[in-house]
Amino acid sequence: MTQNRRHPLSALWHELNQAQDDFARWMGRMTGVTAGPELNVWEDEQNVYAESDLPGIDLAKLEVTVTGGNQLTVQGERAAPKIEGASWLRQERPFGKFVRVIALPSLVDADKVEAKYETGVLWLTLPKHEAAKPRKIHVKGV
Amino acid sequence: MSELVPNAAPAPPVAQARAATVTPRVDVLETEQEFLVLADVPGVKPEDVDIRFEQGEMTIHGRRPAGRDESPVDYHRTFAVAETVAADKITAELKDGVLTVRLPKTEAVKPKRIAVRG
Repeated sequence: MTQNRRHPLSALWHELNQAQDDFARWMGRMTGVTAGPELNVWEDEQNVYAESDLPGIDLAKLEVTVTGGNQLTVQGERAAPKIEGASWLRQERPFGKFVRVIALPSLVDADKVEAKYETGVLWLTLPKHEAAKPRKIHVKGV
Repeated sequence: MSELVPNAAPAPPVAQARAATVTPRVDVLETEQEFLVLADVPGVKPEDVDIRFEQGEMTIHGRRPAGRDESPVDYHRTFAVAETVAADKITAELKDGVLTVRLPKTEAVKPKRIAVRG
C-alpha cells in the first residue's frame, strides 16, 4: 500500500529542495552545469521510489549516488546531436551536463538501490533503512 | 416489418483517463540529403507512436501510459513539410525516449556534382 498521508515536515522538505534547486540553477548559470531533470519521488512502508525523464542519455555518463543515507544525486551528460554537414533549423532539446541533488524523505539502504533505464525514463527503487521502517509496537496489558 | 427500429442506444462512455497533451521538444536539422527531426518522448514505446503525413503536414503522436498518480500523456506535434521531401521515403526510429524521423529530399533537389571535362 502506498502512503498518501502527507508527512508533517513535507512542506519544509519542499521548501528546502526548492531553495536547493534555485541555488543550483543560479550556480549553473556560472558553471555551465544545468540544474538537473525533474524527479518524481514517492514512498511506501518499504521503499522510496524516484522517477525521472532522461531521454537519450548515454548510460556510461549517467551516475546515481546516495550519500549520507538520504541525499540522492543524479548526474550525467546528454550529447548534442552530431551530424556531418547538418545545419540547425530548430534547437529545443537541452544538452550538456546536468546535476540534480535532492533530500529523500527517509534514510535508505544505499547498497540495495535498484536502478532501471527504459524508454528514456530512469526508475529508482531505494529500500528504506531498517531504522526508517515503521515498527509495530506491542502493547502489553497490565 | 412495419415496426420502427429505434435508434441504437448510445454507446456507454468509455472508461478512459483524461490524457494530458504535451508538445514535445524537438531539434530539426537539415543536410544536403534529408531533414531530421528529433523529439523527446520519454516513456513512450515504439508501438505507441503514430506518424502521419498528409497534405504537406507531418504529425507525430506518442502515447505515454499513466504513471503513478498521473494521467497518460499524449505527445503531439505537427510540422509543415516542404514539397522537397520524398513523402514515401520517410522513416522513423525510437530509442531511449528519443524519436528520430528522417525525411529524405527528392532526387530533384539534392545537390548534384557536375563533372567538368578538361
